[in-house]
Amino acid sequence: MSLWLKFTMSKRKINWYKYAAPANFYPLAGRIIPWFAVITIILFAAGLYVGFFVAPKMGGDQREAYHIIFIHVPAAWMGMFLYVLTAIYAGIGWAFNARLASMMATAISTTGAIFTFISLVTGSLWGRPAWGVWWVWDARMTSTLILLFLYIGFISLQSSIDDPRRADRAGAVLALVGLINVPIIYFSVQWWNTLHQGATITAKGYHMVPSQLAGMLILLAACWMYSIAVVLARVRYIIREREHEAPWLSAEGVV
Amino acid sequence: MHWTSLSEFFSMGGYGFYVWGSYGITLLLLGGEVLMLLKRKRSLARREDPQRFEGRNSQLESSL
Repeated sequence: MSLWLKFTMSKRKINWYKYAAPANFYPLAGRIIPWFAVITIILFAAGLYVGFFVAPKMGGDQREAYHIIFIHVPAAWMGMFLYVLTAIYAGIGWAFNARLASMMATAISTTGAIFTFISLVTGSLWGRPAWGVWWVWDARMTSTLILLFLYIGFISLQSSIDDPRRADRAGAVLALVGLINVPIIYFSVQWWNTLHQGATITAKGYHMVPSQLAGMLILLAACWMYSIAVVLARVRYIIREREHEAPWLSAEGVV
Repeated sequence: MHWTSLSEFFSMGGYGFYVWGSYGITLLLLGGEVLMLLKRKRSLARREDPQRFEGRNSQLESSL
């Protein structure tokens, strides 16, 4: 009991709730963005090096076209991850009336939409040499296109409402309802007979050469670091736009 | 290293257009996102502190 108390007391030393207040979050975010930017560049360089120079070339029909996988799969995953994050933050902002969480949802959605678009375009550029077509209305691709429309819907709905908190609430409803699409994308290759190949990585293992997997995972990490950097930058600008009347913003050295 | 020459690397076994097109579009979109953020930063700074961005005349006016 005393040990538990000690543990919880030591955890209390860092008051994480402090950073739910924009006034405390803003300077912290500003300090850590450059670090994430540097790590992003290093990881992108390392991932591309492994993908193009360490991972072996492939045999079969697709041959070198397979190199698209190193950006296509991370972009597709980011599109889904960031949508889930958008919905979670929007939901928290709505349920607990936490305005910073709502601003995070808005900031994340733009980057998520961009990654979803990248996954669709790179998929199309891969589909042409692999299947002979730029696009087919198969379950995986159609549900990913719906994901892009959900992002666009979320962004345009929020920008069409003048009152920021009302825009946050409306966006939250759309984002949470749209969550149903994420498991549909993920399981689409199992549930339907699709042209798109099945999951390369499952809980049981992966069907790749280890160096290929490494290149893909390093680029996934790079995309995460990139997302954190740009989302933190964007949420800082959203804070400045929305709370420009707050006294802490005009304090010396904050902006 | 699996490539014997630079041209072999760029041709990607005949799939250069698709492979480099994919990475080019990714670079364009992510770079574009960063540029848009920098633009937003500049316009915010201009709105918050208009004097700093105005010409000499208006600075003189405001000091008078």
